[in-house]
Amino acid sequence: MSIAQSVLDIVQEEGRAHGLTKVRLIRLQVGELAAVVPESLRFCFDLMRKETIAEEASLEIERVPVVARCGECGTLFEVENNVFLCVHCGEPVMELISGRELNVLSIEGDAGGEDDGS
Amino acid sequence: MTEVSVPVVRGILEANDRLAEANRKRFDEAGILVVNLMSSPGAGKTSLLEKTVDGLRGRLAMAVIEGDIQSTYDAERIHRKGVQAVQINTDGACHLDGGMIRKALDAIDLNGVDVLVIENVGNLVCPAEFNLGEHHKVMILSVAEGDDKPLKYPLMFQISSALLINKIDLLPYIDCDIKKIHERARQLNASQDVFEVSCRTGEGLEAWLAWLEAKAAERKNARRE
Repeated sequence: MSIAQSVLDIVQEEGRAHGLTKVRLIRLQVGELAAVVPESLRFCFDLMRKETIAEEASLEIERVPVVARCGECGTLFEVENNVFLCVHCGEPVMELISGRELNVLSIEGDAGGEDDGS
Repeated sequence: MTEVSVPVVRGILEANDRLAEANRKRFDEAGILVVNLMSSPGAGKTSLLEKTVDGLRGRLAMAVIEGDIQSTYDAERIHRKGVQAVQINTDGACHLDGGMIRKALDAIDLNGVDVLVIENVGNLVCPAEFNLGEHHKVMILSVAEGDDKPLKYPLMFQISSALLINKIDLLPYIDCDIKKIHERARQLNASQDVFEVSCRTGEGLEAWLAWLEAKAAERKNARRE
């Protein structure tokens, strides 16, 4: 719920700052390791956006794979089945390159015009 | 009317992260160790805290922030032990956040406190994403919940510095393979310190108390430098 609210806050803030009267598309990035289920995020977002500039916006969610770099041998690899051990030398992973993203990437919509209805 | 595309690239949790950083600064200035204690409901967070308060008496000064959706029951349990305890009611939210902690800090006297434990709302999902400004995330998994939990809640295991496997006195009565918990937790986070404990019998608790003492000493030293 609060993650959906944060998305909406950012979209409204950015929308206002760029003079958008209606937001049609919101692009998000959600890492595979993030504790966010895209379906639940969509559900919560739908409940919250009523009577905002994002009322008709669709959510596009890009998933980001979990990628790690081994601190011992430097191998870059995708973490599969939640095994955070280097695929090459078996050492535990200390550095995550990606997988925890929770970002608003961009928004698209209509700006200005006399027929914006506001 | 024109169609526009606006690049944003902002972290969804940036507002919370800023608040958490400010909290962290306060903790570091005071040289206090802060632990964010997380688990599912009923794994034994408050029982562990009661045992920890008893065990650390005369060794470290504790304070506690209790997070629950409703009720002040947990804070009263801790307060009865003679320790400062502040209750946060999240009014429906399933996790604590940086802003709630900032407010709770107004009700706590940090002078002379060595360790502040924040007991999060019982939930293995959302609390993992919301930083509070803590130095360590610590999680409890009770054996009654089953050995499959690391597979189902990977982030919580991946980011916790310590894992307490609680209620080990129940092992003879349930179908939980504690070796599997160890194996699966190690795959997710091999640098995690793991403690097998029973808050009921007291077994294994001394190692946990020693861990807290060591981490508290690290914070004190960091402040001196």
